[in-house]
Amino acid sequence: MSTPRPRIDGGAALRAVEVSKRYGAVVALDRVTIDVAAGECLALIGESGSGKTTLLRSFNRMVEPDAGTVLIDDQPLRSLDPVALRRRVGYVLQDGGLLPHWRVRRNVALVPWLLREPDAEARADEALRLVGLDPTQFGDRWPRGLSGGQRQRVALARALAGAPAVLLLDEPFGALDAITRAELQDTFVGLRSSVAVTTVLVTHDVREAGALGDRMAVLRRGRLEQVGPPAMLRDAPATPYVAALLARGWSR
Amino acid sequence: MRTIWTAMMVTMTALGAPPRPIIVASKPFGESYILAEMMAQLLEARGRVVERRLGLGATEVAYGALRAGAVDVYPEYTGTGLVAILGLPPERDPAAVFARVASASMARDGVRWLPPLGFQNTYAIAVRRPTADSLHLATLSDLSRVAPSLRAGLTADFIGRPDGLPGLARTYGIRFRAVRALLPAVKYQALAAGAVDVIDGYSTDGLIARYDLVVLRDDRSFYPPYQAAAVVGPSLQREDPEAVLVLTELSGRIDVGTMRRLNRRLEVDGAPVASIAHDALASLGLTAAAAPLDDAHAGPAAPPPTSFVAYLGARRPAILADTSRHLLLVALSLGAAVLIALPLGVVLTTVPRGAEGVIRVAGMLETVPGIALLAFMIPLLGIGVVPALVALFLYSLYPILRNAYTGVRNSDPSTVDAAQALGMTPRQVLLYVRLPLAAPVIMAGIRTAAVLDVGTATLAAFIGAGGLGDPIVTGLALADTRMILSGAIPAALLALAVDGLLGGVERWTGRRWGTDRR
Repeated sequence: MSTPRPRIDGGAALRAVEVSKRYGAVVALDRVTIDVAAGECLALIGESGSGKTTLLRSFNRMVEPDAGTVLIDDQPLRSLDPVALRRRVGYVLQDGGLLPHWRVRRNVALVPWLLREPDAEARADEALRLVGLDPTQFGDRWPRGLSGGQRQRVALARALAGAPAVLLLDEPFGALDAITRAELQDTFVGLRSSVAVTTVLVTHDVREAGALGDRMAVLRRGRLEQVGPPAMLRDAPATPYVAALLARGWSR
Repeated sequence: MRTIWTAMMVTMTALGAPPRPIIVASKPFGESYILAEMMAQLLEARGRVVERRLGLGATEVAYGALRAGAVDVYPEYTGTGLVAILGLPPERDPAAVFARVASASMARDGVRWLPPLGFQNTYAIAVRRPTADSLHLATLSDLSRVAPSLRAGLTADFIGRPDGLPGLARTYGIRFRAVRALLPAVKYQALAAGAVDVIDGYSTDGLIARYDLVVLRDDRSFYPPYQAAAVVGPSLQREDPEAVLVLTELSGRIDVGTMRRLNRRLEVDGAPVASIAHDALASLGLTAAAAPLDDAHAGPAAPPPTSFVAYLGARRPAILADTSRHLLLVALSLGAAVLIALPLGVVLTTVPRGAEGVIRVAGMLETVPGIALLAFMIPLLGIGVVPALVALFLYSLYPILRNAYTGVRNSDPSTVDAAQALGMTPRQVLLYVRLPLAAPVIMAGIRTAAVLDVGTATLAAFIGAGGLGDPIVTGLALADTRMILSGAIPAALLALAVDGLLGGVERWTGRRWGTDRR
């Protein structure tokens, strides 16, 4: 396959159509249909077990839906090679998932290295700068020697270094203390002003969803309750659940 | 390649293979060593090349090796042949037993019993003289009365074989209060020290007189006659009938008095086996009395050094040779086990089910006692280094397999998840993530296997594979504590050294790849 590598230029559009997924008796997703526009940041919000991580992981085929279709730029994901797809989609876990036996620079250079790009290390340094880390200071350090916030910055840099079309973030700031979290959120907002990559952000923090997401999607027991700009959800909640969730979030 | 091979074969055939050495073996007790050494020296005096495999496991190992062609000759006893080897009912008449055993062994195994050497060595159930006096013990029937209050220390062989404890229980109704399995070498000390009340000795043992023990009479004639004789395997009979004839020169020449005297020289005086055998052959007129003793067989001509350190110094070349053989056994078996078990453990992590079953099979091998596993090997692989390597290899599999499987399978899930989600192929995940993360656990498995291997390899001496078990087995058979220690101490140090070395490698892999990085 000789598709040109996608640049950071707005990214790809995502679409899930009637997607369902069950684990045994547990319904994780129940006929969810949602669009993410190119360059948009969608915040997925809901309680534990609401299906938000399952939906997120169906965008890089780490989860295969039982029914329904997921598309990237109108191409069904099922028609794409999962490994090639994942190299175009950045991914950050709550605890970073950095390879403990690789130095920071090698971790960040992972995707360019997998794509056999000759300038993988230079791209890694560029990505480190993007998340506010000095490559000369951090490039040769081990993940264990970093603070929690630094580790998440490195994970974010790793997700960006391959110039992805889509960025998937699974509670990336969830394990951090309040101050560090605020700093990383600022970094993220700054990042998005320079790099308009399509982003899906999973969080259970309503305030974070409101601050970072262009739109919010509320999931409850595998069903989509409401999708829209934060202000709309706050001012015109479609269900009492959405109303309660948002009221709780903003009153904190 | 093939032509070269053919050419070599043709050349070898044309030149004629060098004469194969005659392999003389013994069982692991002093009398057997002396008789085997006499056979070996006699063959050497008649111009044969001899290889000694002394102290082989026990009856199963020695006779199994003879039958399989791995041994050519060793001393055995007709009663043992009748009951333990052929599984026939005991009989009383010595000549009848010999005839029976000789024809049955030849028919079943092609093994030939040469005419008996001239003495019987029966089991001698012995007690301390004060015990005999106070309890009025003279016969085995007397013993059956008081046995429920006595503790017996018996050789493992005797406890199991039909002409041993089970037979005593059947014939005399003897049931001891407790039965403890003891090595032949420590039985007498244990009895003398009062740790046990009854032992099974041999009637020719030099120690019965030395410790002033009372041998209880077999008043119901339970024991079959145990006439000592050379048993000869099929290949020697076929290849060198002359050598078989040479061995018959010993037939009828060693009476019970002579054998007791030889045993006493070994057990009480601590004389080297080679000089005892040499002197015995000379006094029987079978070899020239003046024939100088080859140094390698004679042992130290001067009185043995008195201090243990001096003794170790004198034995240094032998200890070094045993240690390097030991290391060779461990290194080869461990290397092969790593080559097989490591990839297998990794492959098993990718199969949906059945992995636990495969690993459990390897685990079950671990529960087979070492000497039993070695005995099973004899019909397939004979004796010596090859079966020892195979047995050690089998013992090494489990720890390596288990740790490789568990280590790779349990590598940190979120690290693996991230690697997959960022586009590593399954092969890349294995190579760059799972294996490096599992490296310290894998190393720990290899280290466990290596230390176990160093210990188990001492058993290899029972099937003639050498190593540091050699002085241990010989020392146990000859009741020579210093010789035991000259094998046991280097073996223990070797285990510590291997553990320390691989522990260092394990920590290094931990720092290099694992989780304890700073």
